[in-house]
Amino acid sequence: MLWVDKYRPKTLDHVMVHTDIAHNLKKLVKEQDCPHLLFYGPSGSGKKTLIMAVLRQMFGSGAEKVKVENRTWKVDAGSRSLDIELTTLSSANHIEISPSDAGFQDRYVVQEVIKEMAKNRPIDTKGKKGFKVLVLNDVDKLSREAQHSLRRTMEKYSAYCRLILCCNSSSRVTEAIRSRCLNVRINAPSEEQILEVLELIGRKEELQLPAGFAARIAEKSNRNLRRAILTFETCRVQQYPFTNKQTIPPMDWEEHISEIASDIMKEQSPKRLFLVRGKIYDLLINCIPPEMVLKRLLHELLRKLDAELKHEVCHWAAYYEHRMRLGQKAIFHIEAFVAKFMSIYKSFLIATFG
Amino acid sequence: MQSSQQWVEKYRPRQVKDVAYQEEVVRVLTNTLETGSCPHMLFYGPPGTGKTTTALAIARQLFGPELYKSRVLELNASDDRGINVVRTKIKDFAAVAVGTVKRKNGYLCPPFKIIVLDEADSMTEDAQNALRRTMETYSKVTRFFFICNYVSRIIEPLASRCAKFRFKPLSEEIMSSRILYICKEEGLCLDAKALSTLSSISHGDLRRAITYLQSAARLFGSSISSENLISVSGVVPEKVVEAVLQACRSGNFDFANKEVNNFIAEGYPASQMLTQLFEAIVEENDLSDEQKARISKKLGEADKCLVDGADEYLQLLDVVSNTMKAFSNMPEEFAYEC
Repeated sequence: MLWVDKYRPKTLDHVMVHTDIAHNLKKLVKEQDCPHLLFYGPSGSGKKTLIMAVLRQMFGSGAEKVKVENRTWKVDAGSRSLDIELTTLSSANHIEISPSDAGFQDRYVVQEVIKEMAKNRPIDTKGKKGFKVLVLNDVDKLSREAQHSLRRTMEKYSAYCRLILCCNSSSRVTEAIRSRCLNVRINAPSEEQILEVLELIGRKEELQLPAGFAARIAEKSNRNLRRAILTFETCRVQQYPFTNKQTIPPMDWEEHISEIASDIMKEQSPKRLFLVRGKIYDLLINCIPPEMVLKRLLHELLRKLDAELKHEVCHWAAYYEHRMRLGQKAIFHIEAFVAKFMSIYKSFLIATFG
Repeated sequence: MQSSQQWVEKYRPRQVKDVAYQEEVVRVLTNTLETGSCPHMLFYGPPGTGKTTTALAIARQLFGPELYKSRVLELNASDDRGINVVRTKIKDFAAVAVGTVKRKNGYLCPPFKIIVLDEADSMTEDAQNALRRTMETYSKVTRFFFICNYVSRIIEPLASRCAKFRFKPLSEEIMSSRILYICKEEGLCLDAKALSTLSSISHGDLRRAITYLQSAARLFGSSISSENLISVSGVVPEKVVEAVLQACRSGNFDFANKEVNNFIAEGYPASQMLTQLFEAIVEENDLSDEQKARISKKLGEADKCLVDGADEYLQLLDVVSNTMKAFSNMPEEFAYEC
């Protein structure tokens, strides 16, 4: 078992990082008056962990007996009927799905699944809640229509069905949904908190941790706890006992991008652009999300640039990322950004050095 | 579940005279109640000012609970309101003839029905056009109430058939008195600072204020401080905004970049930040009008990008970089773009 899963806090009492939020959530569940919840925050900050802990608090250990299913829903969409396939994660009392997986058909998923949930009301035996919970992941990726139909379903079936929504950026969730939920902001853990967790894991695994080693991992993790723990485990596999000189392995794709960045800085020509395109394609076919590629590339480039160019470059990064969102193929826009950067940098070089 | 009833619903005024702060509408509608005559109505104004409440209250008072079901049709944006619905459902309802009924409380129940079209600005233009003739044909037996945020999105022919009423954003005193009333009913304790915070973060939108109050009460119990309210409302704390502005003033790009990174890691919504940044910029004394205009333009562009789903970090960084340039009066154009 990976350490990330092994040391995931199972109950709200064991949560280490967001103790105040956990405390409040516990109070909320105890009062039997659970509104719809919306969790938002950057990745690796513990949204999922908290949601699982809340479910456990609601339904006891039954919430952990989950089964993974590939289910198909038959949907009547006007004149034709559609088959929508989705992977669900469900227990007796909750279902977890990512409706955005269905692409442009996500509206039907929202309507169908919630209807089905609401139809089968859990039996009211002693100690059981009279409602089910539906966990929806990545609500920020839902289309506008899906979000609008969600807001109606939220009200209509609220007697039997509570929603827990989870997303990265709440800007993309419509105001109408946000105002119907209790919003819970999950901030990324600070470096000290990550350090604390790493030290705890070190103790539990009976490892010798040199001072400063865990701090270096925490610093490298970009305040992403999951990543910190994964890196920690990787280091453990690579070399043990730890030494203070041991290098902390960067992520493969990040290394790849920093290589691309130095390629771009070295030469600005169509030939080089062609080479860079190949490397970016490598990243994309390995399922690195294109906006991450662009963001990381910007990060690497900014590190190497003169201050006066930085404004210009970050403007174009924002510009092309926006275009990428509107367009279909990510590679065009990343490549356009690289070409733009090359042209700017070249004319900067010419202006400065002649 | 009784306890999870929304306070917004619980404390919705049931009578027209209880609607706060919108004197003209209340006067006209009180008159309607006595005489039983009523034109088509168009209510417009920002959210949370009582438009829907007023429409529902007048309908309830005119017809009473016994006739409400048969005399009132309520449609809002979550219902399907395409052109088909206008042609069938609305038309069928509008066509039914009704008579005068003497009600128990002495008022005459007027001989017409009411169709309330909530959020009418989200109806398509075609659907609105289809309504024109329907409104006139059945005007003897049916009155339409249009409710919308933006009156400019209602096509002119519809607007000219209605009596228009603008709903003003609630003033702070009215809002405070309403909030305090709810606090008393629910047994909450709210200090003066929290009260003023609540008024300022909800911008004259009473529904939003009540929602925040209820969320805070659920999470933090009966005594609520101004920090609690800020944390449930998703508003970015004042000092975080100030830190970002400070970074813009410093003129150091790397420092600002770090600040933006930090902001994203804290998980605040960037769209909210843009709104608050805008407020802060407008009130800033050291900036010339031109600088302010320049920054505001960028804020607008970034907001549009965010609505399109662009990345929060990149957009915010772009805004911050632009603001920084405006602060130090650097030229707007880029030097090396060809």
